[in-house]
Order: sequence, then structure tokens, then C-alpha cells
Amino acid sequence: MSTLEIRDLHVAVGDKEILRGVDLTVRSGETHAIMGPNGSGKSTLAYAVAGHPKYTVTSGSVLLDGEDLLEMSVDERARAGLFLAMQYPVEVPGVSVSNFLRSAITAVRGEAPKLREFAKELKSGMDALSIDPAFAQRNTNEGFSGGEKKRHEILQLELLKPKIAVLDETDSGLDVDALRVVSEGINRFRASGDTGVLLITHYTRILRYVKPDFVHVFAGGRVVEEGGPELADKLENEGYEAYTSKAASA
Amino acid sequence: MGLETKPLSTLHEKSSYDVADFAVPTGREEEWRFTPLSRLKGLHNGTAAVTGGVVVDVEAAPEVRVETVGRDDARLGKAYTPADRVSAQAYSSFEKATVVTVPKLTAASRPTVITLRGSGAGAAAYGHILVSVEPMAEAMLVLDHRGSAVYADNVEFDVAEGATLKVVSLQDWDDDAVHVSHHHARLGKDATFRSFVVTLGGDLVRLSPSVSYTAPGGDADLTGLYFVDAGQHLEHRLLVDHSVPNCRSNVTYKGALQGDAAHAVWIGDVIIRAEAEGTDTYELNRNLILTDGARADSVPNLEILTGEVAGAGHASASGRLDDEHIFYLQARGIPFDEARRLVIHGFFAQLLEKIEVPEIRERVLSAVEAELAR
Repeated sequence: MSTLEIRDLHVAVGDKEILRGVDLTVRSGETHAIMGPNGSGKSTLAYAVAGHPKYTVTSGSVLLDGEDLLEMSVDERARAGLFLAMQYPVEVPGVSVSNFLRSAITAVRGEAPKLREFAKELKSGMDALSIDPAFAQRNTNEGFSGGEKKRHEILQLELLKPKIAVLDETDSGLDVDALRVVSEGINRFRASGDTGVLLITHYTRILRYVKPDFVHVFAGGRVVEEGGPELADKLENEGYEAYTSKAASA
Repeated sequence: MGLETKPLSTLHEKSSYDVADFAVPTGREEEWRFTPLSRLKGLHNGTAAVTGGVVVDVEAAPEVRVETVGRDDARLGKAYTPADRVSAQAYSSFEKATVVTVPKLTAASRPTVITLRGSGAGAAAYGHILVSVEPMAEAMLVLDHRGSAVYADNVEFDVAEGATLKVVSLQDWDDDAVHVSHHHARLGKDATFRSFVVTLGGDLVRLSPSVSYTAPGGDADLTGLYFVDAGQHLEHRLLVDHSVPNCRSNVTYKGALQGDAAHAVWIGDVIIRAEAEGTDTYELNRNLILTDGARADSVPNLEILTGEVAGAGHASASGRLDDEHIFYLQARGIPFDEARRLVIHGFFAQLLEKIEVPEIRERVLSAVEAELAR
């Protein structure tokens, strides 16, 4: 049983305040969807929690099972059980997928997997996501299509088995087939044990495949409305307009 | 300053075997302005005492002929005429030369390894090597520079019609070594030349690989990897002179720098002369600057005197480790040092794959590893 607790989080990029007091609790077994218009600060929340150096936390706290994530380096947060699936995974020239994944697994599990077991684990993980086995020898994300990059992110999610996964617009840029494959991966991860998911998305489309327990509407750098899955349906019909005008006048 | 309209090719037009034909460089000349002359220990002005020793040891493939010859051997200096003062100094000062011949139509069954071992940086030594690959022959050569020395030399690679020569040159000197070297490849019709330069050790290394073509169809691939530590000056000056039609050249040099006053210089000159129609050339230099206080100078020069080229381009970039690469790896739990190591390995990976001799590849890999551990 794990809990990610975000309390009154304020985050700035340079002099500009982006997050203006975010409160959110994600427990294992729960899936939370964060929805909001572009520029509302959804991705900032994801990167700030993961520890990207561009984002400065000006106040507030982020705890994972009571441990202060903000005191940890980026890699310590990951080893503590946090995972961020990125919207735009970067290409890392000269570092093969296989080498990258083995290094990550070694770091997170605290010991190097046996080569044969790693090969087996990698193969079954790639099969489940319909990833061509040849990708293992390719450079990480280099020349991957948008869909291939997202599948690769979910492959990492399934191999690293974090306590809490933050998925930043994993659905963006995917066609229906890829969306289905990726969603199945997320659902396998959810079913695999005590894990919590924070799903950041602009569209309701992915929520047909990955059913959220809670929906939070994000606007102007904070959560402006919360509810159950029915809130997503409302957004589907009405869009974000009501929230953007509210945030602008706040 | 006014506009310099003098064609770049004139920089390389002066050549002579006689030291006296070259003025002592002052450091203001275009070809010397990056080199700290005070650290050359007199190689450039004739004040170096010639009592130093570099022992040349050859482990040859059975099909290859190796000779040690005197200055008067008529084969020497045919493929290359010195184009600067240190090169001319080396040419007029060496006592014995090493001549490696790969006979016509012969494919050497294993690499020929020439080890050049310096016995101290107290005095200067001069050397000369000629590698002659006869028509349709094939060979691989390793030049392995070790120990400590103040050493200037010229190496001629004479690659005849249809022949192939692959060279790995390792500059793995001790910290106090000074090495000024010219490697020149002269390619005959349809000849293939592959050069892989690895420069890691030495206080000052200035290596000038150049290529000329005597007939169409020549194909040259020049690759380099260097790792510059605090206080080191590692300089590579490339010149590819396309003077005949339908030849190809590709230059790829990559280096990493770390530590105070680590200095890398890369000069990439490519000339496509008016008669060299159908030339295909590309040159690239990348520098990865790992710490403050390190400096990379990178100057590609491409001079095209004909409109009929198949391809001509160059690229040069020097920068720091990409924060986004490091963040991505760290976000997967990989600690910073390991993430940095992976990214730097990745930077060199493509080049390392090109080294065909496994033992050399392993040695370079572990040398890079050791540099990163510093």
C-alpha cells in the first residue's frame, strides 16, 4: 500500500509561477485522471514531481509513503518508486534500448538481472506491447515514431513496476490501435499489484480504455473541480470553456 | 581587418624537404595559432637536442615485408613532401626509417602492429615510416604510441591501384609526451583508405592526417576519437585534397574534454579543385565539453572550386552534456554518474564500432572508461 501526497504545491519556471497550490493524494489501487486545457500546468505537475531541473518548487510538499520526494535527486525519486511516462521521450544517441533498460532495472531493483532472465523478461514485455524485438538493439527512442516512443515508455513502466506512475499525455499522438495497445499495458500494470496511477490527459478518449476512479480538472495551475468518472463525460460534452473563463477571472 | 580573399588552398601549397625553406613559427601564423609553441620543446625552432629515443618494434603479418632502411632509401618521401617546419625538421633529422610493404595482390591475414615506445621526454627524437600497399593488396596496420617522448615524425601511406589500407593510430602517450606527426595517404585509382585515430595521452599532441588522390575512384574515411584531460593540448588537423574527379572522402572526429585548461583543436580542410568533378565529401567534428575550464576550437574549411560535385558538406558542434538525456536516464532510477557514463559512451559508440580489431576496440573502450572514472 503506497500513497503519493501532494500538498499546496507551488512551482515556478524562472520567475513565472505555473502551479498555484495543488493538493492531490494518489493511493495504490487508485487511478486518477488529471484533465485540463493546454497550458493549465498539467505537465508542470508531472515534471516537478519527478524533479526536472527546469522547475522550481517554491512551496508545498510531495511525499511518497511519508518520504519527502522534494529532498531527493531525480534518480532517488525513481528508485523510491515513482515513474514518469513522458509526453516527449528524448532520443539518447548511442545508448541501445537493451542497455538502457538493463541499467534502469539494475538501478531500481538494486541488483543486475541475470542476462538470460533479462532477455526473457524483455522479450515478453515487448511482445505484450507488439514492439518489434529488433528495437532492443536500436538506440533509445532514436527514429521511433510517436506511437513507438509511447509503447517504449509503457514497456519501461511494466518492467520497472513503480509504486506510483505518472503518465503525462501518454495518449497524445496515438492512433486507435496504438492507443488500445498502450491502454492494455497500463491496465496490466494496474492489475499487477499495489500501484497507483496519475493519468494526465487533454482528451477523454483514453478514459474509455483506462477507467479512472477520480477525475480532477486542472486550470490556471490548480485543481478547480473534482469528481468521479462522470466528470469526464461532462468534459467530453462541454469542453473546458467553463473552467478557463473561471480561472482567468480568479 | 579587411576581408580575406586569399584562397585557403594556398595555405597548403608550400612544401619542401628542407627545414630552411620554412620560417620558425611565431604563433601568429594561421597553421600555428592554436598550438602552444612554448610546449613543443624546441621541435619547431631547431633547439631540441636530438638524443631522445623512440624504439620502433614491428609485429608483422606473415605476408608483409618489413625493412629498416637508411635516409638514402629512394622510396622515402615519394608519397609526401613536408608542408610545415616541424615536418621538414623530422624529415631531415630521422636516422632510420621503417618501410612496410604489402606485396601486390596479397591480403594480409592479420594486422601489422608497429609499436613506438618513447624512453623519456628529456630530448627529441625523429622518425619516418613508409607503408606501401601494392596494387590490389589489402592490409590492416596499427600504430601504437606509448611511453614518454618528444617526437616528430612523418608517416606515408602509399595505397596503390585497387588496394585497401586500414590504419588505427593510437596516441596513448604518458602525460609529459610531446608528439607532432604528419600522416599522409596517397591514394591510387580505386584505392580505399580507412584511418582511425585515437588520441588520449600526452602533454601536447598535434597530428595532421592528410589525403591526396592520384586517380579517380579513391575512397578515404578518416575517423578520430579523443579524450582531453586537464592541461592537455590535443590537436588534429585534417586536410583532404580532391584534385582528381570522382573520389570520396568522409571525416568524422569526436572528442570529449574535461578539466581545467583541457584544450582540443580540430581543423578540417577539404579542397575540391576545379578538375575534381563528381567529388563526394563530408566532414564532421563534435566536442563534448564535460567541465568548466575546458576549451574546444573547431574549424571546418570547405573550399569548392568546381560546380560539379556529388556532395559536399561539413558540420561542427561543441556543447555540454544534454540535460534532457541525463534527466531521462535519471528518471528511470539510473544514478547521475552512471547516466553521464552511458551518454558519453553513446556519444562515442558509433565510432567505436568502426574499429575492426577487437583487442584495440576493447583497449580504447577501457581507456575511455578510465578517463571517465578520473
